[in-house]
Amino acid sequence: MNSFIKGLAAFGIALGVATSAQAAEYPLVKPVEQDWTFAGPFGTYDKGQLQRGLKVYREGCAACHGLTRVAFRTLADLGYSEAQVRSLAAEYEVNDGPNADGEMFDRAALPSDYFPSPFANPEAAAAANNGAAPPDLSLIAKARAVERGFPTFVFDIFTQYAESGPDYVYSLLTGYQDAPEGYNQQPGTHYNPHFLSGTSLSMPNPLSDGQISYDDGSPETVDQYAHDVAAFLMWAAEPHLEARKHMGFNVMVFLMLFGALVYLTKRKVWANVDH
Amino acid sequence: MSGGHSTYSPTTGLGRWFDTRLPIPRLVHDSFISYPVPRNLNYAYTFGGILALMLGVQLITGIVLAMHYSASTQLAFDSVEKIMRDVNSGWLLRYLHANGASMFFVAVYIHLFRGLYYGSYKAPREIIWVLGCIIYLLMMATAFMGYVLPWGQMSFWGATVITGFFTAIPVVGEWVQTLLLGGFAVDNPTLNRFFSLHYLLPFMIAGVVVLHIWAFHITGQTNPTGIEVKHKTDTVPFTPYATIKDGFAMIVFVALFAYFVFYIPNFMGHADNYIPADPLKTPAHIVPEWYFLPFYAILRAITFSIGPIDSKLGGVLAMFGAVLILFVVPWLDTSKVRSAVYRPWYKLFFWLFLVNAVFLGWLGSRPAEGIYIALMQAATAFYFGFFIIIMPLLGLIETPRRLPNSITEAVLEKKKKGSASAQTAAAATETQG
Repeated sequence: MNSFIKGLAAFGIALGVATSAQAAEYPLVKPVEQDWTFAGPFGTYDKGQLQRGLKVYREGCAACHGLTRVAFRTLADLGYSEAQVRSLAAEYEVNDGPNADGEMFDRAALPSDYFPSPFANPEAAAAANNGAAPPDLSLIAKARAVERGFPTFVFDIFTQYAESGPDYVYSLLTGYQDAPEGYNQQPGTHYNPHFLSGTSLSMPNPLSDGQISYDDGSPETVDQYAHDVAAFLMWAAEPHLEARKHMGFNVMVFLMLFGALVYLTKRKVWANVDH
Repeated sequence: MSGGHSTYSPTTGLGRWFDTRLPIPRLVHDSFISYPVPRNLNYAYTFGGILALMLGVQLITGIVLAMHYSASTQLAFDSVEKIMRDVNSGWLLRYLHANGASMFFVAVYIHLFRGLYYGSYKAPREIIWVLGCIIYLLMMATAFMGYVLPWGQMSFWGATVITGFFTAIPVVGEWVQTLLLGGFAVDNPTLNRFFSLHYLLPFMIAGVVVLHIWAFHITGQTNPTGIEVKHKTDTVPFTPYATIKDGFAMIVFVALFAYFVFYIPNFMGHADNYIPADPLKTPAHIVPEWYFLPFYAILRAITFSIGPIDSKLGGVLAMFGAVLILFVVPWLDTSKVRSAVYRPWYKLFFWLFLVNAVFLGWLGSRPAEGIYIALMQAATAFYFGFFIIIMPLLGLIETPRRLPNSITEAVLEKKKKGSASAQTAAAATETQG
């Protein structure tokens, strides 16, 4: 038995060495976990925050990043009225057609249209951005996740941690800093230790304090902008999150009650059979 | 078991009319009502029913999803997003289907390990076991092709890597790969044939499931003691005893399933699959779904050549061998005693095997470099050693514990022990009472 425990200890050490012997893994700094209103079993979106996030997207990101899977009509989820959605959509132009003369034409967007892409095609996007097309942001909050590692990923099941996407977006947007001494910076890139696949990325720091004005008195800081736009992008990626969690609660309550009744019935049925 | 005389007697005129023409009510009655099951089955034996339920869930959600899905490289990703955003309850259907696949594998692994622990594969139940292995193989193919359909980055690159295995086969390898892909690279023809097969295979699974169930209705179920049913007192009728117990287990399992679907629906998926497939951009780490990870570790453990077999072919052979070896388990186990309950050494090695399998799964998610390779090789060696050396050898040298004479005796013994300890517990709490 003693040798068994020794063996187990040796195994544990080997495992420890194995996990620490990894080559430089990116990101250099893991995302910083934030408090989100939509986290947890009863999480809901903060509509004020989503509206601010939309503003940050439109004024801070939309020049380069598309949001092409989000339809204007769905902005009603953010608390906008039908008229507000219509006038917001009308601020955009979309290409339509062909008309009866066979011509393509531009027109003001309708609520049924989607956010138009800032570039005509991916090639144009790449050409305008140093060869790397800025990714569409519709799904970015679900398409980026930093590995949590063992045993954290097991705990995540119980804590219902599902916010690695917005945590990453927030950390990246607030993570720009001066490169350390002697760092060999590629020209045209910007140092950010939170970046998922390297030490620096093509995107320059997009946000600065006071850049976007808020009319609800929220602080006009990079920290606040990053929070708001990350929350907004989570909504863009997972618009039915609230309905999902709401239904989940009903389902869990039902299953618990039903399960309890079936369990008691099972006890009764098996009461006089030894097993 | 059901070889015994049927106890079904139709009480209505219509029932009698039907029974003489097509006795389906009799079949249902004999299979799910009067069918005798051992009275000592524990909850590990409820996973067969749970698997049948999960197959049903996957079929129903899958058929509805297929109504909204487009199997074209231009449309697949968009159509899945359309389901998530615009189809009524589409997000629910898709999350049920995606998490359902994972839960299906959770259940099948428990079911499989239960069989290994209690020796359920031993004569006369070899065919049940082999049919189960065929179902497992079909499930793996179905799940792999299903993962390709959303046409995300992991879909595309997973398909590229896995179909690449076939090129390792000598002479016909390239030809087989081209046939699978419908071309020289993963593209529209691949997606189309994978969709077609992904729709077909579950019905083949359902067919083999019928044979699987039929076979164990002939031999009867095993039970934790591994002793065959001898008396009528060893069994209870399926209804109400097994139905209510299976029903309760299903509800608990569905609650776990629902927890994932409603609260952490993307936990078991990979974030990269929310990026549309891009044949020009390889993801940093290509990892398969979690249920394939142990085999992925075995594949990459073979880094050396053995004679004419190079490391690539060796890895592929080891990976397929790891699945195929399950088929011959009934003939590798030489023990006369069925259940691990009475086999102290086998019990120990069984648990080591289980831990090793989980460890292989973790290794499968690691890159094949540094110390991981040595660990993968050690774990792979134990995986095969368990089947090829330990199983045949233990049956010959192990001294099993004394077996009870019958299921009933085992149950009564357990009850005596239980009531004795209950009495002690009662005495201990008496002072507090």
